[in-house]
Order: sequence, then structure tokens, then C-alpha cells
Amino acid sequence: MEQKKELVVSAIKDGTVIDHIPAKVLFKVLSILELENIDSPITIGNNLRSEKLGKKGIIKIAGKFPDKNVLNKIALFAPLAKINIIKNYEVVEKKIVELPDVIEGIVKCINPKCITNHENMKTFFYVIDKNNVALKCKYCEKITTQENLKIIG
Amino acid sequence: MKGKSLISINDLTKEDFLRIIDLAEKYQNNSKEYENKLIGKIVALLFFEPSTRTRLSFETAVLKMGGKVIGFDDPSSSSVQKGESLKDTILTISQYCDLIIIRHPLEGSARWASEVTTIPVINAGDGSNQHPTQCLLDLYSIKKTQNTLENLSIMLVGDLKYSRTVHSLIMALAHFNPTFYLISPNELKLPFEYKMFLKERSIRYYESSNVNDFIDLVDIMYVTRVQRERFSDPVEYEKVKNSYVIKSDLLVNTKNNLRILHPLPRVNEISEDVDFTDKAYYFQQALNGVYVRMALISLIFDLV
Repeated sequence: MEQKKELVVSAIKDGTVIDHIPAKVLFKVLSILELENIDSPITIGNNLRSEKLGKKGIIKIAGKFPDKNVLNKIALFAPLAKINIIKNYEVVEKKIVELPDVIEGIVKCINPKCITNHENMKTFFYVIDKNNVALKCKYCEKITTQENLKIIG
Repeated sequence: MKGKSLISINDLTKEDFLRIIDLAEKYQNNSKEYENKLIGKIVALLFFEPSTRTRLSFETAVLKMGGKVIGFDDPSSSSVQKGESLKDTILTISQYCDLIIIRHPLEGSARWASEVTTIPVINAGDGSNQHPTQCLLDLYSIKKTQNTLENLSIMLVGDLKYSRTVHSLIMALAHFNPTFYLISPNELKLPFEYKMFLKERSIRYYESSNVNDFIDLVDIMYVTRVQRERFSDPVEYEKVKNSYVIKSDLLVNTKNNLRILHPLPRVNEISEDVDFTDKAYYFQQALNGVYVRMALISLIFDLV
């Protein structure tokens, strides 16, 4: 039984597994990770059964170990996500995600009168609350919270 | 502050405030201190929305110091109308001048302008976000009327929810151990985030909807307009609108050193009979704005 469950999303020899992503935010997390430029195999599973989350998503990236700063941005949507670093089919390192102090790009400012929504420029936020996700725009100084967080693009 | 931009009141330290205010005072007392300081300098005034008072105040400040101004106050006559980005406008005009003063309806525009150019930028108002020189002139006016900024009792009256000047003043005065008396209709109370800020800093504040409640205790009364369009229920506005009009008979039992400030323009929130009392200070306040802007420009150019 155990073997069958594991194979829902195939195991990788070396690489990174991002687990415990709430199913409803999996696609948002994917957009943050900018996986389109990676050419090694990527396996994505969603709506998998999870005792903690009900339904969860999982992302397995073979042969790659994304930058810590990139992985930490996942905390915008999935603060409980777990990162497993796999070497030779073994988990050699487990990490939790933590929001960085600043978020550059990715997130849209909630304020329609903010300059970032009118000029061709990158957004920039200071993370003022890591637990509840509150981002203060460096430009208009308004606060974007998790409920109204939108990904650019 | 040499070579630096001034975008937000939160960029300034207590020492910065004091340096600007001291220099403004020095300039106001002696024209020899500032004459010809800006000779050879060109300052661009880029007003993407009209604000006559602010523009004239900056222009006067530059001219008094012997500098020259270029710019526009009607974006329909500039290349903005043709769809030019703010970045391109700023990069182009940066080639012509030594300092940019920008007023723009979009929030964050001044910060963005300061990032795309290597010359300093002063924010003269970016939408409802920041207008730091207004705050500096408010502080300078308080200092001039009270001889200190420390330990004062400050009454803020009117629209405390949306008023940019009120929010900036609270942040700036927080450096000087104030006590705030917050007087507003229920619908226009000071937002939660500012009250949290005051609590975190252990700054005393009292709230009321009645101007009479604390008027005998305060050194400064800072009045803002209660606007009809801020009310979701027009009946509520009609009920309260006259409670926030300051009349001279209200001032009878106030402290001798009380002075009334207002960011102007005034509509009807201070009745004209107050103008003739020695507690009215709002017109001198406008003149103070010129000296405070001169001081700021001098510090940016390191001409002190």
C-alpha cells in the first residue's frame, strides 16, 4: 500500500521536492517558481490526499536545487510548505519556507493609484508581517495583505 | 542630506527635522544667510497636477536664493499628453537641471522618479501618499509659535481618517513626546494603524467627537476640513458639519500660547472672525513654508 501511495507522483533520484502546498494555491506557487526555464524533468501533482491539508499539491524538480530566496517566496501562499532536498533517492535535508524581508516583482500592488500599476517597472514590497503576510509597497506605502494578494502576469 | 532626495516624511530622522527647522529659522531672521546661494543652479518644477500654492512656495524659495526655475504646471502641454512614461520624462529633464521637484497624482511616483535619475528629487505631493514639505512647514510653525517641539499638547481636528497632513504630522511629532487630542466625527476617526503606532511608542492620545472637551489644555490646534463626500450617509454629515467649525467664542478659555494651524485652503472650518485673533496662525504658516523649503534645498545642495 505504502509503495503505491508514493508512486502517485514518481520519485526522483536527485533534486527538490516541495510538499504540503494547499491544493488551491498550487498554480500560484508554480507561477512564483519560474519553472519555465528549467529543462530537467518536473513532476507536478495536485489534489492529492493529505491528512493535514485535506488536499495538497506537490512539485518535484529533478536535478535542480532552486535558490533559497526563490523557495522562500512560496511562503506568500503556502507558509506551511516543506522543502525536501533529495540525493540518491534519500531526503538529505528538510527545510521550511520563511518569507524574505522584501519581495521584488511577483506581487501586484493593491492600490490602483500606485505608480507600479501605471509604469513599466518592478514592484517592491517590504514584508511587515511574516505570519499573516502583510506587504508594504515601497512606492505608494499602502499595505497588501494575503487576502488581496495578486500575482503579476 | 547632501545629494539626497526627500520623498517621504518617514525618510527623516529627528536630527534631520531639527537641522531643517534651525536653518529655516536662521534664513527667516537674516536674508544674508541665503542670498545668492543658488546662483548657477536650475531647479525643475514638474507639476503633473495643479497645486498653485505649493508651486509658488517652491518657486519663491528658489528665486529668493538666486536660483532659476524651469518646468510646467499643466501636463496637457507636456509630452505626458503624448503618452511618455514618467521615467522618460524624468530622465530627459534631469539633463537640464540640478534638482527636480515633482507633484504627481499617482502614489509612489516621486520615489520612482528618485530611482530613475541621479539628481535629487523632492516630493511635492504624490496623490494621497506623502507631501513631506507640508509636514516640515507644520513642524516649523509649531516650533516658531511654541519655541519648542518637545512635550506639547496637540489637538488634531476634523478629518483624521483621510487627511495626509494629519498622518504625517503624527509620525513626525512622535519624535518629540507629544500628547495628542484627536477630535473627529465617528466616521472620520484616526485609522487603527496610526493608533497602534502611537501605542507602540507609548505616546498619549485621547479621542473625542467634541472640540470643547480638551480645548483648554492644548498648545496647538491643527484643523482640517470635514468633507461631505467622505460620509457614506449624507444625514450623518448634516448632523456633524457645524460641530467642527472653529469660531472665536470657542477660544475664550484657551491657553495664551494656543495657536491654530491649518494646511489651507480653508473653506469654512475656521470662521473668519478667528482670523483677527492672535491665536490664528494659518497665514504665517504659509510664509514659513517658503523658508523651510529654502532650508531643505540648501541642505540637499550642501550649501550650508
